[in-house]
Amino acid sequence: MLLNDGDLQAIWLTVRLAGIVTLILLLLGTPMAWWLARSKAWWKGPIGAVVALPLVLPPSVLGFYLLLAMGPNGPVGQLTQAAGIGLLPFTFWGLVVGSVFYSLPFMVQPLQTAFEAMGERPLEVAATLRASPLDAFFTVAVPLALPGFLTASILTFAHTVGEFGVVLMIGGNLPGVTRVASVQIYDHVEAMEYLDAHRLSAVMLIFSFLVLLAMYAWRPKPKQGA
Amino acid sequence: MSGIQARFRLDWPGFSLDVELDLPARGVSALFGHSGSGKTTLLRCIAGLERAPQGRLTVNGEVWQDQGHWLPTHQRPLGYVFQEASLFPHLTVIGNLRYGLRRTSGAQRVSLDQAITLLGIGHLLERKPDRLSGGERQRVSMARALALSPRLLLMDEPLAALDVRRKQEILPYLERLHGELDIPVLYVSHAPDEVARLADHIVVMEAGRAVASGPLSDTLARLDLPIQLGEDAGVVLDAVVAERDGHWHLTRVEFPGGSLWVRDGGHALGQPVRVRILARDVSIALVPPSGTSIQNCLLATVEQMTGDHHPALSLLRLKAGPSPLLARLTQRSAARLALAPGKAVWVQIKAVALIG
Repeated sequence: MLLNDGDLQAIWLTVRLAGIVTLILLLLGTPMAWWLARSKAWWKGPIGAVVALPLVLPPSVLGFYLLLAMGPNGPVGQLTQAAGIGLLPFTFWGLVVGSVFYSLPFMVQPLQTAFEAMGERPLEVAATLRASPLDAFFTVAVPLALPGFLTASILTFAHTVGEFGVVLMIGGNLPGVTRVASVQIYDHVEAMEYLDAHRLSAVMLIFSFLVLLAMYAWRPKPKQGA
Repeated sequence: MSGIQARFRLDWPGFSLDVELDLPARGVSALFGHSGSGKTTLLRCIAGLERAPQGRLTVNGEVWQDQGHWLPTHQRPLGYVFQEASLFPHLTVIGNLRYGLRRTSGAQRVSLDQAITLLGIGHLLERKPDRLSGGERQRVSMARALALSPRLLLMDEPLAALDVRRKQEILPYLERLHGELDIPVLYVSHAPDEVARLADHIVVMEAGRAVASGPLSDTLARLDLPIQLGEDAGVVLDAVVAERDGHWHLTRVEFPGGSLWVRDGGHALGQPVRVRILARDVSIALVPPSGTSIQNCLLATVEQMTGDHHPALSLLRLKAGPSPLLARLTQRSAARLALAPGKAVWVQIKAVALIG
């Protein structure tokens, strides 16, 4: 066997984390992107900047603030304690929350671009064909933005897989709970297990390459607005 | 109350719209004007795609917009044809046609089959829009709007994005709609030939205002307004093909007030056609002309006279029966013939264009 049990556990945890984060962000990011693409409100700019922050912020900074917020004295921590969930740091779901923030721009920005490229016209046409705004969103906007949804999901998934700094800050390094592949590699290196580090790194490298290859090769051609 | 009563006011930076219109409940009403005159904005207000805060709109007695009442676009029983066909690229032609149909309730006055046949798109149904020509796309988009059985059909320069050949390909279909369906149409255009061919009623738009509104032939014959369809002032008359002279390749068309010989356009006897007569092609005589090459002479009465764009010229409105005509003469000719309102004269028509 090429990978040991610890590696496989880390990979499975990583895939589970990235999958859940992608699903959550599809639900949260779509309305945000829709609003950002179509709103004319002045605070659209500031909101857009906040969404893009994780692109430039060091992951440790993001992780630090999230740790404080979710900690026993933080607002989120008090909320989760009051709700009987307990504290999120150093749990899988704490990692999920952190990753949602960390990967937010990778979901919102491609979707926003797709919605903006579509313009008003298809929705106006749908309205003249008796479709309510919600109906038009699902039957016209979503199908037309499908390439955007695909790009956004792949980027979000892959970016979550590659996360390291935020995980260390708020997840720590608990096997089967928060020890994802990137952390596992770090552990191998720390323990001077270079062969193990090589194997897992190779898996990550190949995975990342295949994801990007799929995205560039299968990307549907942009359709001409007929 | 039947017909369309519209009152809209909009103030945008650099543009304002202020119109009050009462349009007939049947036939084609053309909104005619230069680009930027507000005709598309007016159409969008009627569709509910633009929201004029102080607006009032009643269509055949049904209030679509009023103080505190605003029907969103998807609840208005209208059809809208955009300048670019705007088909949904992810659906086939039949998918596009069914999109609106599925969401329509109530009486089907136009069946899907009828719409498909009327626009001749039966062979295209399984295609995706990117496999259609520009003209075909626009026909599909018209069929899509018609299949809704709209109570009002709005068309925003549906031919403007097409080249001359495509335009000629679609115009006959539009005339068929006009002839076969009882749906009032608001047709936005800046193209004189389309208006002359299709419109029954014309609204002339200028800088966000409606400067004239009325039946096409009467409005074109107004002397107080410089409305020109194309290169010169003139009238458009509805006529019927009454006789064909195969030997000389001529056709006689009858209109209320007389008949005219025109070049044979291959029309069947009894077919309704339109003729356009420009003011510069009409001359006046006090006695029945003889020994002239001009074949079309009508008895008419001078109604009104006015100056023209040059001090040497005058423009006359005449009536042949109930049909208005315009004639351009020099001021000197008018004085020599002692023309005055009420005087009976012979009009000689040098050229008649058969349209449609």
